[in-house]
Amino acid sequence: MTEFLPHGRIRLALHRLQPARAPGAHPLLLLHALGESHAAHPAFSYAQWPGAVHALDFTGHGDSTIPAGGGYSCEVLMGDVDIALAHIGPATVCGRGLGAYIALLIAGGRPDRVLGAILLDGPGMAGSCAASTPYIPLVDTTQPAPPDPFAIAELATDARPPEYAAHFARLASQRSHLPRPITVCTREQPPWLQAVVDVLGGAPVDPANAWRMYASALPQPVPA
Amino acid sequence: MQFPASPASPASPASPASPASPASPAATVSTVAPPPVHAPADARFFHYAGARAPERQRRIDANGVGLAVYEWGAADAPPVLLVHGALDFARTFDVFAPLIADAGFRVVSYDQRGHGDSAHAALYGWVADERDLLAVADAVTRAPIPAIGHSKGGSLLIHAIEALPHRFTRFACIDGMPFRSPHPDTAMHEKRYMSPEIISNWLNHRHTAASAQRKPSPLQDIARRRARLNPRLSHDWLCYLVTQGAQHDADGWRWKLDPAIRPGGFGPMRSRWMTDRLPGFPVPLLALFSTIAEPMGWDCTYEDLVPYLPPSARGLAMADTGHFIHIERPRETADLVIDFLRT
Repeated sequence: MTEFLPHGRIRLALHRLQPARAPGAHPLLLLHALGESHAAHPAFSYAQWPGAVHALDFTGHGDSTIPAGGGYSCEVLMGDVDIALAHIGPATVCGRGLGAYIALLIAGGRPDRVLGAILLDGPGMAGSCAASTPYIPLVDTTQPAPPDPFAIAELATDARPPEYAAHFARLASQRSHLPRPITVCTREQPPWLQAVVDVLGGAPVDPANAWRMYASALPQPVPA
Repeated sequence: MQFPASPASPASPASPASPASPASPAATVSTVAPPPVHAPADARFFHYAGARAPERQRRIDANGVGLAVYEWGAADAPPVLLVHGALDFARTFDVFAPLIADAGFRVVSYDQRGHGDSAHAALYGWVADERDLLAVADAVTRAPIPAIGHSKGGSLLIHAIEALPHRFTRFACIDGMPFRSPHPDTAMHEKRYMSPEIISNWLNHRHTAASAQRKPSPLQDIARRRARLNPRLSHDWLCYLVTQGAQHDADGWRWKLDPAIRPGGFGPMRSRWMTDRLPGFPVPLLALFSTIAEPMGWDCTYEDLVPYLPPSARGLAMADTGHFIHIERPRETADLVIDFLRT
């Protein structure tokens, strides 16, 4: 089942890949990598999740709107996720590549709505940083879409300074009620992710263990 | 791609762009717009001493986003690109640009996406703004050209010139040079600019951005609100800006600026990273700095930046000026820029 959610002038496609198998279990929201769509998530990877499983198509990807003239940023994609979370309620977020960085941002930005963020390997993980040579990517608009060629060009070089990523990791650690709000399961560790690991500590975790840990997480208590 | 210039025509209030509606390439802006309905008392604000409307207006297509382009000066004069700052629009140059044009230049400016008469876009971003800037430059010439930028327009140009130095010949920067603080803990700055409250408010805004509308106001009220951001600019000038940067309907005046755009930006403050690259800036540089702190300014000074300027650059702190140096001192600023362009 696919629902379409408005995010500004964009229509986001949110796909329900699997209904809840256990009553009361919270949902899992899957975030694809650069250039991918909801179809990127193999069924075996989420089949045991007790709650509903949803997959979002980011702006310019999959069945979501392709805007004119680019203007992508990871912060806008964080906004995509926030729209989805407002619709499905607090959820565990699992992102691949680019989606892993977005999972970090939303875990720090909305710690009350993210019941754990799992970061997996995938395309578009690294982005660029302050030390990168200034670059204005040339966009081949004749390429078929989706994905939007502007999304590929701009999100492959989106700025992800390590101290900025570390700031979001700290926000998640300090403001989430979970003892470990972010779990890094990646082999690839670009500078921004190394900074996150420095903040969080601990060794990489197997994704299956991370999913088991978050499946039983309870929502953040509402202050009396 | 190249877009031919439209024939010379008197400037007039252009029709506002439809949200998210790409314009056709090189579509000419209507030159016979009906006079806006407004209070008779407002009539005097449609003119301002020294202000001159552009000689030519047109629209270009920047990858599906229609941009309003304005030109002052002879069409066959050497071109110079003029880029406005955040929340501004090209017609804020109505006094400054004619001074440059009268010195023998074809001054080309444009409204950035979501600003002035350019189309409201679905997305706004730094690189998209740079690509729009290059689309305007390409519409003028594929040869290298000089550029002038104020505030965010200067910051955009610094990055664009560093990325494509072969595309530009020289650059006059009017209070458009941000500064990377030498504070050893840069995360402190992220805490300041990306506090939980700021992030939360930005995300909340994303839920309502598409339906947001600007509040209608009488002309002078909207000018007084603008004065909070531009406290050193005269009431009459701000009222003139309303006549160019706002539109009038049955309920009053509203800025044309896309309500989806929030002041202050959001995300990594990439503009500050330019500081370390300034010593190697690739084209001749004139850098003018304000000396009075203002809400729209960069929160830095000439003294902060001067150690980073390349030896060939000319840096100048303009005594008793706020962020809008070219509006406070149009003649003095224009003379400095003209002298620099002719060097």
